[in-house]
Amino acid sequence: MQKRTIVPIVYILFLMLPIYWLVAMSFKTTNEILSGFSLFPQTFTLENYATIFTDPSWYWGYINSIIYVSINTVISVAVALPAAYAFSRYRFLGDKQLFFWLLTNRMAPAAVFALPFFQLYSAVGLFDTHLAVAMAHCLFNIPLAVWILEGFMGGIPKELDETAYVDGYSFPRFFATIFIPSIKAGVGVAAFFCFMFSWVELLLAKTLTAVAAKPIAATMTKTASSAGYELGLLAAAGTLTIIPGAIVIYFVRNYIAKGFAMGRV
Amino acid sequence: MKTENQKAWFFVLPVLLLVAFNALIPMMTVVNYSVQETFGDNVFFWQGLDWFQQILRSDRFHAALGRQFMFTFLILIIEVPLGIAIALSMPRSGFWVPVCLVTMALPMLIPWNVVGAMWNIFTLPDIGLLGYFLNHTLGINYDMTQDPIAAWVTIITMDVWHWTSLVVLLSYAGLVSIPDAYYQAAKIDGASNWAVFRFIQLPKMKTVLTIAILLRFMDSFNIYTEPFVLTGGGPGNSTTLLSIDLVKIALGQFDLGPAAAMSLIYFAITLLVSWLFYTVMTKDDQN
Repeated sequence: MQKRTIVPIVYILFLMLPIYWLVAMSFKTTNEILSGFSLFPQTFTLENYATIFTDPSWYWGYINSIIYVSINTVISVAVALPAAYAFSRYRFLGDKQLFFWLLTNRMAPAAVFALPFFQLYSAVGLFDTHLAVAMAHCLFNIPLAVWILEGFMGGIPKELDETAYVDGYSFPRFFATIFIPSIKAGVGVAAFFCFMFSWVELLLAKTLTAVAAKPIAATMTKTASSAGYELGLLAAAGTLTIIPGAIVIYFVRNYIAKGFAMGRV
Repeated sequence: MKTENQKAWFFVLPVLLLVAFNALIPMMTVVNYSVQETFGDNVFFWQGLDWFQQILRSDRFHAALGRQFMFTFLILIIEVPLGIAIALSMPRSGFWVPVCLVTMALPMLIPWNVVGAMWNIFTLPDIGLLGYFLNHTLGINYDMTQDPIAAWVTIITMDVWHWTSLVVLLSYAGLVSIPDAYYQAAKIDGASNWAVFRFIQLPKMKTVLTIAILLRFMDSFNIYTEPFVLTGGGPGNSTTLLSIDLVKIALGQFDLGPAAAMSLIYFAITLLVSWLFYTVMTKDDQN
């Protein structure tokens, strides 16, 4: 038992090293970073963080990101729920083809599709809005959400549906009050994945925004090139991008582990 | 058994509309570009399939495609077994479970360009933690901006760092779902650790592993931001993966036609390989 635990510990150390380096750099001045190697900050400074929290072009980046990620998560899970139900309970014309087609939407090389996306969202007047990014991210998040939720729903016995109808439940009421609560772990996992992939995606988010809805990751690239290479500031901004994600994982951690357990037995 | 019900289409409709809006319209635009030539000012000329021929015959495309397959192959054979091994050795209960899960999921939640920038700084020879350690403590001459092999080791290590946790989390979820009764039965039968893994744990992880492997395949095959920020495709062209090359053509040289043709070929290859994976991995479920 003792020997086994070494593997996760070594792995976590490996994961933490680059993160430690990022965090350590965020407390250094850019001069110190460039002047040579030091394991700990020699002149500890909070200036980098102060810049981010006082300059609107920085902190609005975070707010923008959080807004479109939240909208995306809500839309993705909301439309994926009925679709996943249909896939897990019914056979219908073209169901298997449709399911695979959904998956294929993760495969389009975003790099070249970025330009058509820009044209499309400009044409419908959504360019530089949070909704544009949230909707564009649906392209890869909805298929994933459908896929995950379908797996969870497949594990719920059909007798549950039938019993509810015998008891006189209407479909919407059954779905909202019985079915969704019984797969809430699955909803948690699906929402986590939607959050994660929307939060880290940059190419589309950057293409579809200019000022009003600009994500933090885009703010970082721009500042890095215009104001020289301010490593300390960049490291602080990078460190702050980890925090919302860490909070989300903390809340869904039990769902992730136990969540998949349902229905796989 | 599933029942036949054509009305189920209404449940799928919102998903269909949203995804189709995002997928079909841009796809049409790309198809349109791929058969035309433009000299600007929105004037287009019919070009036929010339771009496709040109791309399929170019050495540059073959080289980038080869590097792409190499990259994806390497990260799959490293990340999948490693992820399963880590998931197997993780504790099943107690205080350490949430700690492990949260810390392991952290790398996945860092925006992709931050991951690239972070690894770039981490591996700089004189001021980065890893670069300094290798060069000055171990005396290994390591500089990923000069040496193609170092650059490859770095992008592979970065991807393993970034994404192994996805395999770990999914495998772990599959493992946790195995009832204790299975293990007790195996113990009574005197099954070896390997037998337990082969006949109990692996089959139970199959569904989640399918998700993990397919996701890792698709995402690594389309990877762009991280290697671009880390190495910029260099030194030379040694780490120019397919999507980096695509962007160089599309935005660098502004050759929209060839870039569109190339992305359609690229998409077709991804689709074909994913379909093969999908069919093979879900074959047993159909029966």
